[in-house]
Amino acid sequence: MNDLSGRISWADVGLALLLVAVSVVISRMRRTGLERDIAVATFRSFAQLLAIGYVLDYVLGGNSALTPLVLLVMVGTATLTSGGRGKRVPGAYWIAAISVSVAAGGTLGVLLLLGIVPAAPRAAIPLGSMIISNAMNTASLVMSRLRDDLGAHRREVEAHLSLGETSAEAAAPWHRRAVRNGMLPIVDQTKVVGLVALPGAMTGMLLAGASATSAIRLQLVVMYMLLGGNAFAALVAAKLTVARLFTADHQLIRSVRRVAD
Amino acid sequence: MGDRFEYRNVRVDGDSGPIIQAFSARIPADGLTAMVGPSGAGKSTLLRLLNRLDDPDAGEVLFEGRDVRSYDVLELRRRVQFVGQVPVTFAGTVAANVGPETPHLLARVGLDIALAGRDADRLSVGEAQRMCLARALARHPECLLLDEPTSALDTIAKAGIEGLIRSLADEGLTVVMVTHDPRQANELADRIVPVGVK
Repeated sequence: MNDLSGRISWADVGLALLLVAVSVVISRMRRTGLERDIAVATFRSFAQLLAIGYVLDYVLGGNSALTPLVLLVMVGTATLTSGGRGKRVPGAYWIAAISVSVAAGGTLGVLLLLGIVPAAPRAAIPLGSMIISNAMNTASLVMSRLRDDLGAHRREVEAHLSLGETSAEAAAPWHRRAVRNGMLPIVDQTKVVGLVALPGAMTGMLLAGASATSAIRLQLVVMYMLLGGNAFAALVAAKLTVARLFTADHQLIRSVRRVAD
Repeated sequence: MGDRFEYRNVRVDGDSGPIIQAFSARIPADGLTAMVGPSGAGKSTLLRLLNRLDDPDAGEVLFEGRDVRSYDVLELRRRVQFVGQVPVTFAGTVAANVGPETPHLLARVGLDIALAGRDADRLSVGEAQRMCLARALARHPECLLLDEPTSALDTIAKAGIEGLIRSLADEGLTVVMVTHDPRQANELADRIVPVGVK
């Protein structure tokens, strides 16, 4: 079997920059104005991955006690990103932090408890990072969707409230829609997995020389884990967002009500 | 009869300064009270304080002599029904919107009973507004808050709704209506509460 894992040298990475140059040339030709962003992205990917590479080498090389810290930093970064995206929702950073943590803790917990993956940094860190980044997107999506929908449909929401319904009842249709919207991308991805694209975990194992069937087994676990993680994240983010967009007295908060009224 | 509602020195803040300031008024339990003033004067905001869709930033609003905030808000809203400017229909038939008492309530608001099975979003604006009134009446309220109830309607539908509102007040409901139209207030209301310009 051809194992690519040890074969790629820094010189090879440098040569691959040729493809970045292609994207810069295309960007310039088509005047997309993305050259600067491509440069920043290239530099950041290099610096960030180099840093995490050293961190992982260190943690995997006998310092596994640091695993929770690595995951915590990932959750923190995801929180800042997702919270910033949803900042028109009060307490967005908290909502993001809780949703991402519940998603990561819940799914990793299940995988470890059932003994599907070993309690080792080599499993927990890469799997955790996948759940966290997916949960981050889901939380952003759910928060902004709910905020927009309740704002756009405030007359309808208030008509429900005026009839004596609770805020949970009044928000129910949009709550449902936001959860659905948050879960849909990963559901769709799971449906077409293998048909449209070979997903990352599987690709990685194949490149590293593993057999296709063991690569598939890992990929299945990853997909199911992401389904579960996203469901957790969508559920928690939606619940908390609704709670923050209404007062305890079942009133829409003013910033939602007073959009272009 | 005593006061149904009272505003005591109420202030409501907007994004840039107060919308309402030092507003006080009494609304008796009988008949139809119209709150009249130019657009932007904060009439709708004042109305929304009565069923607690909003709360004042200062002062108090009383219902039957007690601060509205001392009631269970869901119970308060059941007793004090609110119908907005633009009729909001929910998905499903008219009967699904109005509930088990549909036949009797449709008759009360002057809608043909044959409409019970129609999709609510296929009603005309005037019919939809009547249906919203029926849906509010289904909660057996003591008070009805109406925010510019005829502003989305044409002249004929408007006259019909005005007659209906008047008859609901005559049946003993406390009706509080917000309008920018002094003519409507003079013709319809038992008393007028002016809401001034800032």
